[in-house]
Amino acid sequence: MEAAPMLRKTAPRKARTGRLQRRESLAGWLFVAPMLLGISIFTLFPILIMLILNFADWDFVLGLEKFAWAGLDNFGQLLDDSRFHKTWMNNMIFMFTVPVCMAISLLLAIIINKHVFLKDFFKVAYFMPYISSVVAVAVVWQVLFHPSKGPVNQFLRMIGISDPPRWIADPDWALLSVMMISIWISIGFNMIVYMAGLQAIPKDLYESAEIDGAGGWTKFRKITLPLISPTTFFLLITGIIYTFKSFDLIAVLTKGGPAGSTSLMVWYMYETAFLNLKIGYASAIGTVLFISVLIITLVQWAGQKKWVNY
Amino acid sequence: MNAMLNLKLPDIRKTVVTLIMLGCGILFLLPFFWMISASLKFENDVFTYPIRWIPDEWNAVNNYRKVWFGDHPFWLYYLNTIKVAVLTTLLSVTVSALAAYGFSKVNFPAGRWLFLIVLATFMVPQQAVLVPQFILYRSLGLFDTHAGLILLNSFSVLGTFMLRQFFLGVSNDYIESAKIDGAGHFRIFTRIALPLVRPAIATYAILRFIWTWNDYQNPLIFLRTDHRFTLQLAMQKFTTINGEYYSLIMAAAVSAILPLLIVFVIGQKHVIEGISFGGVKG
Repeated sequence: MEAAPMLRKTAPRKARTGRLQRRESLAGWLFVAPMLLGISIFTLFPILIMLILNFADWDFVLGLEKFAWAGLDNFGQLLDDSRFHKTWMNNMIFMFTVPVCMAISLLLAIIINKHVFLKDFFKVAYFMPYISSVVAVAVVWQVLFHPSKGPVNQFLRMIGISDPPRWIADPDWALLSVMMISIWISIGFNMIVYMAGLQAIPKDLYESAEIDGAGGWTKFRKITLPLISPTTFFLLITGIIYTFKSFDLIAVLTKGGPAGSTSLMVWYMYETAFLNLKIGYASAIGTVLFISVLIITLVQWAGQKKWVNY
Repeated sequence: MNAMLNLKLPDIRKTVVTLIMLGCGILFLLPFFWMISASLKFENDVFTYPIRWIPDEWNAVNNYRKVWFGDHPFWLYYLNTIKVAVLTTLLSVTVSALAAYGFSKVNFPAGRWLFLIVLATFMVPQQAVLVPQFILYRSLGLFDTHAGLILLNSFSVLGTFMLRQFFLGVSNDYIESAKIDGAGHFRIFTRIALPLVRPAIATYAILRFIWTWNDYQNPLIFLRTDHRFTLQLAMQKFTTINGEYYSLIMAAAVSAILPLLIVFVIGQKHVIEGISFGGVKG
């Protein structure tokens, strides 16, 4: 008896909400349509082509008639390619810039956050390399690191090092030099993010720790580090992805040389595709690049439970 | 007396730390000082050691004139870069804001998985699809055009994601009451939601402008004709051509960096806040 009037009521309302929901859906599709269209054409479609090209042997200057299937040859070739191995190792070494840069940035962030005047000035100063164009910055460092004339080596000779390293001209030092410049560029960004994280830590935690007699180091280890761990996680994960995308610095500074000592995967892929025109092989490198990023990100994601406190 | 001393002690410590940090900061920025200083000198004086930070003889006018109005005139590359950066920023902000609103404030079932697809494309490094993009551009006639370059950076997942976070913060009550008053979504978007997230839009616009201005890789691959070059590409070319003229190269580097520094100093608050927000909320 009681349910009957209610039933009669819902029927027309259902039709109305149905119409409203259709209008809502239409609005939704219209709002996201430009983005979807763009992504489909400029990203999704190219991803599909890449998957196909992985299995092709093709020089695209010669046109479609020279297209040939290669099966898994491209990947087989990668396994035997000593240059690719070196490049992959370089990428692994290059990843160490991330924790080093983060440690320096955290130290700076703590100091600037609480212990100095002119806070805003320091923020801007350390941020400058990050917003400067990598091309210009790379060119400047190229000159600074000039083996004979550069100011860096002139200074080193003045303080008594008669045989300073040849920096980016020396296969043994080049990767390290590039890593140092890369750290110099990224410090500002990491520092700003860390400062924001530090400001989110409640002050009374430190105060009560002080009452309990905790020193600076204890406070840092027991309060700052654990509470800042989500920020650390964010910086680690984005930083490492970023190292796999580093192209500009290498392209301008060393072009992968000397003797392939600074060749990273992205650079090797560029070289293979656009200078040697081996498209299928380049796509295979791109795929390995993508899989490497994916695995490393997933491993970090899985590992976060052990050390990240939310 | 004793109490006063106690009050002053932290200040003294703070001053000392500030001075030390100032030293570190100057050391950190030394490459920039060297760059500016070298750009003002005669070529023969560039590498004199000990470094003369303020040159004895100035050649600034000559150096900068060669950079701006020489064989590779920077004014042209400036115009190109401004055009590309401004249009990319406008288009990208529009597309991202629309999509972000659609993904956060419009209630449609497809929205959720469409957003997941969009997010998933973010995992693929752009370089991995450069080759297919290049082939696509050649066949669409977008290769070696500014339009192509602009389109390439205009569909930003990062921008959409960032603005969506901000739209989520807009209270649904505003939107519901506007709906009761008979406003459609587009009206709500332009009149209510957009003004509320204006700071986020500013942040993203500044970041997108900086990224586009500094982009080297895409112009390198998708532009070929000299007079269409953007600043970064021209900078690299200029360096190759003027290999040993370091004073000129430094003048070019200063010219490439300076406008961005100005944009940054003006929009500093927005940039830093935006980055902090992204970093803390993840």
